[in-house]
Amino acid sequence: MERVLTTPISETDARALKAGDVIHVSGTMFTARDEAHRMMLEHGSPLPVEGLALFHCGPVAQKKGSDWEILAAGPTTSARMELFEADFLRRFKTRVIVGKGGMGDKTLAALGEVGAVYTHFTGGAGALAAKAVKRVTAVHWLEELGMPEAIWVMEVEKFGPLVVAMDSHGRSLYKDLSVTVDKNMEAIRARIKGGK
Amino acid sequence: MNLAQELGKAIGKAATILPPDAVRALEAAREREVGPARVQLEAILENVKIAREGKVPICQDTGTITFFVKLGTKFPHLPDLVRALPEAARVATKDVPLRPNTVHPFTGKNPGDNTGRYVPAVTWEMVDGDGAEVHVLPKGGGSENCCALRMLPPGGGLKGVKEAVVEHVVACGGLPCPPTIIGVGVGGGADLALKLGKMALLRPLGQRHPEPEVAALEAELEELINASGVGPMGLGGKTTVLAVHAEYAHRHPASLPVGIVVQCWAHRRATVRIRADGRMEVV
Repeated sequence: MERVLTTPISETDARALKAGDVIHVSGTMFTARDEAHRMMLEHGSPLPVEGLALFHCGPVAQKKGSDWEILAAGPTTSARMELFEADFLRRFKTRVIVGKGGMGDKTLAALGEVGAVYTHFTGGAGALAAKAVKRVTAVHWLEELGMPEAIWVMEVEKFGPLVVAMDSHGRSLYKDLSVTVDKNMEAIRARIKGGK
Repeated sequence: MNLAQELGKAIGKAATILPPDAVRALEAAREREVGPARVQLEAILENVKIAREGKVPICQDTGTITFFVKLGTKFPHLPDLVRALPEAARVATKDVPLRPNTVHPFTGKNPGDNTGRYVPAVTWEMVDGDGAEVHVLPKGGGSENCCALRMLPPGGGLKGVKEAVVEHVVACGGLPCPPTIIGVGVGGGADLALKLGKMALLRPLGQRHPEPEVAALEAELEELINASGVGPMGLGGKTTVLAVHAEYAHRHPASLPVGIVVQCWAHRRATVRIRADGRMEVV
């Protein structure tokens, strides 16, 4: 099913989502990559983030007068944040993670514990993402971390399409698919062996 | 003649306008797919359109800028060209703008203009003539992280090569932003195999290697990898690769190096042709 979730997203709404659903998010989204995760866990969050959408992204931003404009903002590889994400979710209770490539078992367990989902946004679709960003409301740690790693707080409208890839019920599309791929690979290996 | 400006424009073109061969390959893939795979390809094509119309980067990772120069041995503007290459990166970083993507590996310092030690990387190939052809290939970090080198036992033959490439590309899953383009360099040494893999990416999609044995390997690898079901973005589907391009060099009898270069769907590139009289065109 397809629907629009508006922040702050409740635990109940997050738990209602199932792997395979396609959603859009409206409201407040903030970016955090490796360094921002580490900084937030060490020093606390510079803004209240419970119920917000967390975006694994290092955008291209440009300052126009006193305002920032986001030019491109596709997702980065989420696997790098696996180091931090379970602790991050327990502490900050963001309800929708937006990234690409999926995350590991520790995050999957934390999604179930906290009531949150991991969603997949099309990798590289930076212009499509930027179009859904209505404005930048704040940027934190820009000096310390630089443009890609800073925390960009953005007001978004119908950000998506987001495929719910890992839900709070322990299901991961990536895990399901890896079973299929493993099976296909057996046949592929046999074809290579039997060929020229 | 302002070479840096013109080359900067080419970098900008590469960052914002996906070449027609890549668009056609993505459109063909969309027609094959259903479900989440189709959702991904529709989002990709919508994104390509927004970037082209709005003159904004296709992807926020505007990549590491890489140049491949076919240099005529009688080209009269070589000192200008050498100076213009890094300057073009600075120009484009400001004008497009591009994300500053060059980091000092020891200090973490980012000069902010997409230049640095050995960067932009330039590969020079000498050819007959008095012109120069500069290919720009900005390549994102996500797909570059999926490149690999295999030093195979030569006794395994071509089967070994096929196995190594298929196993590696499938194991990368959704990480390099599939559907990808794979450049395979066979032979040479360790460094040359990877370089050939990268150079194979410059060939337009839909164009096979002129030698039938190599062309056959390309077609077979495409079919085998796409049979895996990894699909667009690793969410499942028929299209894991848009194309496999192979190149080769003669090898040492004891070595069979295979360079596997992975390029994301945003197969961004542009070319500047410079003539001896200073006329230039960006294609």
